[in-house]
Amino acid sequence: MKSRRQFIKISSLSAAGLIFGGGLLDSLASSILKENQSYFKGPFDFTRTPTYCEVCFWKCAGWVYKDENGRIKKIIGNDDDPNCNGRFCPRGTGGVGMHYDEDRLKTPLIRTEERGKQTFREASWDEALEYIASKMKEIKEEHGPECTALFSHGSGGKYFGKVIKGFGSRNIAAPSYAQCRGPREVAFIATYGSGVNSPENTDIRDTKCLVLIGAHIGENMHNGQVQEMSDAIDKGATIITVDPRFSTAASKSKFWLPIKPATDIALLLSWMHVIISEELYDKKYVEKYTYGFDQLKAHVKNFTPEWAYGITTIKPDQIRETARTMAHAAPAVLVHPGRHVTWYGDDTQRLRAVAILNALLGSWGRRGGFYNPDKASVPHYHLPPYPKPEKTWRDAMGGKYILADLALASGVCDASIPTPDLDCSIRGWIVNGTNLINTLPDQKKTIDAIQKLDLLAVVDTMPMEITGYADVVLPECVYLERYDSLRISQGREPSIALRMPAVDPLYNSKPAYWIARELAKKLDLLEYFPFETIEEELDWELKQVGSSLEEMQKIGVKRLEREVDDLYFADGEDIEFDTNTGKIELYSTVLEEEGFDPIPVYTPHPEPSEGFYRLIYGRAPMHTFSRTANNPNLTDLMSENSVWVNPKVAKEWDLKNDQYIYLENQDGVVSDFPIKVRVTERIRWDSVYMVHGFGHADKRLKRCFGKGVSDTQMITNVMIDPIMGGTGMRGNFVTFRFDNKKTEV
Amino acid sequence: MAIDTKKCVGCSDCVVACQTENNVPIGYCRDWVVEVMDGTYPQLEIELRSERCNHCENSPCVRCCPTGASHYADGGIVLVTKNECIGCSACIASCPYDARYVHPDGYVDKCTFCLHRVKKGMQPACVAVCPTKCMYFGDLNDPRSDVSKILKKRKHKTLIPEAGTKPQLYFLI
Repeated sequence: MKSRRQFIKISSLSAAGLIFGGGLLDSLASSILKENQSYFKGPFDFTRTPTYCEVCFWKCAGWVYKDENGRIKKIIGNDDDPNCNGRFCPRGTGGVGMHYDEDRLKTPLIRTEERGKQTFREASWDEALEYIASKMKEIKEEHGPECTALFSHGSGGKYFGKVIKGFGSRNIAAPSYAQCRGPREVAFIATYGSGVNSPENTDIRDTKCLVLIGAHIGENMHNGQVQEMSDAIDKGATIITVDPRFSTAASKSKFWLPIKPATDIALLLSWMHVIISEELYDKKYVEKYTYGFDQLKAHVKNFTPEWAYGITTIKPDQIRETARTMAHAAPAVLVHPGRHVTWYGDDTQRLRAVAILNALLGSWGRRGGFYNPDKASVPHYHLPPYPKPEKTWRDAMGGKYILADLALASGVCDASIPTPDLDCSIRGWIVNGTNLINTLPDQKKTIDAIQKLDLLAVVDTMPMEITGYADVVLPECVYLERYDSLRISQGREPSIALRMPAVDPLYNSKPAYWIARELAKKLDLLEYFPFETIEEELDWELKQVGSSLEEMQKIGVKRLEREVDDLYFADGEDIEFDTNTGKIELYSTVLEEEGFDPIPVYTPHPEPSEGFYRLIYGRAPMHTFSRTANNPNLTDLMSENSVWVNPKVAKEWDLKNDQYIYLENQDGVVSDFPIKVRVTERIRWDSVYMVHGFGHADKRLKRCFGKGVSDTQMITNVMIDPIMGGTGMRGNFVTFRFDNKKTEV
Repeated sequence: MAIDTKKCVGCSDCVVACQTENNVPIGYCRDWVVEVMDGTYPQLEIELRSERCNHCENSPCVRCCPTGASHYADGGIVLVTKNECIGCSACIASCPYDARYVHPDGYVDKCTFCLHRVKKGMQPACVAVCPTKCMYFGDLNDPRSDVSKILKKRKHKTLIPEAGTKPQLYFLI
């Protein structure tokens, strides 16, 4: 946080006064403009082009402003965009730094050996793409085209996906699933027959009671949700926050439940117990729409608040009061499903409990709960069918995780490490816009997998750690310098947004469409890229929905009408849910079929041993994962992370604020770099907290190299969700070290 | 200007929006965020505030400026005329809010309430960008303005009123 002074005493109240009179502003402003013409240059001499943001997955649409010299000056939200309502978050506003960062990848690189030492040499685009194409052909001949994979987190993924699918592989994964929101989607699909997707269909704006379980809206800067939480505060909504840390959201809450980590399911079951035993649930809704209420009622009979108190440390009267508060607000109550939910390996079950609680309160499909989202349907140009692969990464899973509705990035990684009993055979990766070294837990395993590959091609804008392991590095130009596919995101009303280049690409960087098409050319897959330029493709698509590239270049965002007026369920409406029973499944038949608990069960998780503390990580509003750590504008706001330590713990270890220490985890892994201590009451004594995305180990990232600790490095114990393969990452415990020498064993 | 501490999440969007709007060099800022925490676990309170020049009615920075570069513009906004500033920093020492900095080009710089925008009928950059809409800017003489209405409705305070500078930033609490 940028703060010129750390602390200012809160002073007493003072009466309001008048700043200045009306009408004076004008004369004042004109006098300033006269005396300081150049200094007060506003946006008025600027030209603007539309974009949607690539700094995070919210993809807010905005305008890029350039001065008369063609330099990008600022980025401002588009007023017509439902994702941001004209207000960008700090990362989007600071997106200018993505363009100006002088550490960007500048030209294609190929790994080579000089005097026994591996190094990169600069290459032409043609040479670099030829290298990738020939390696891919070799893999195809020796092992089959299925033995290639794409990891992607970003807009370019669509085009590299066409190459990989056309080539004959379906191994396309994003760490945003198995490392993030996957369990939530599986749980909601099992319950309601439909996931919450992105941006989530949460009706925060109109809620009367918002319940956050570990979700730290305001620190995670999911723009629309932050804005709506603020609207809800204005309207007097009650916020209930469950978090072992006093998060920003907790500080805005009427109730903060400082839960013992890893016990959330017990609290959720106990809330259900209160709501059912006190008959506070929505009887009409439950009767009409749900399946398995009697089994649920019997299941939670003994999960009293007194039972939960012993597990969660939340007092029984607080559990009762918060349950009643939710029921009182129902159905305008939202037990928020969160987003990054891969915590303890039983995450699908925890999110099932969240889904069930919402069903008892009747909030799904109701104003102030979850709305029914809509999405623009934009036809795609008809392409020849993709070849059907003989096998996928799933064949390497031994029949597990069949409920995963998307590919597991960790599963594709596992499928690249040969084992005697399983068919693990992926030999080539294309990685686009995701720094797998810092996004997949268990770094050693990721690096092991990489060592087994015949080809690792990385497409990125920055020299992230993953590029250091690549055979070929391709510099993508940043989002401010390129077109990409249309943004078609769900919302209360459908909309489409255009990204177009504000300026030419810097250095020898190229847009994803061009890179993918050139690669497709070399692989004889041009039939999947019928348009020579992306502009032609976009124009064709836009014309199918009554717009055009020319129109979108002027307006940036087009809002479309909902086809059906069904934002919420109509009173007494008959609804068929996409589940086995056609009902909201409180008792999950699909989980039962697969041999899992049909109703969530609380199971205790390991606790830290003496001298160790549970590592909890989260987000800071000015950074996106590890992606922005080198951005000059955003680094200026926050340049390193710190480890939050409770004062009691600090006293025991004699730790002082701002002191640098190293961390060591339960498996003896010592952090590469030191981290600053932040002694604060905001964290429990059994846990420590840090912001994810720091501790970069690649020296080419000059601004952020060695700043802070990478939580990913400390996450070596991964608890796999047996239902869908999510990687639970909050079962790691750290202790403090005053040097980084390895412990002798 | 009024700032709602109950809605501010401390994201620093106001800071980066001000930097890009006003060409504030990286490493400097005209506005910043303060977090004040009180209490012991689990009885805690946090106040988050976006701070900037208080445009004091009784400004020590104006009083001590040897060249007259720091001045009240019509209506009371405190400004620095860049060409008249010799960068002596007396104003910086006198400001209880630490609201000024020396620009690398040698003059003292600070918040102007984005008058170039206000003149065009726009909100200051920080107000316009804030995702929580926690800032209210307008004419305090006009009882119908958003800022007048919110100050009438809500409890509020100023910072360090005991310094006697008559600060004109109001924090809703």
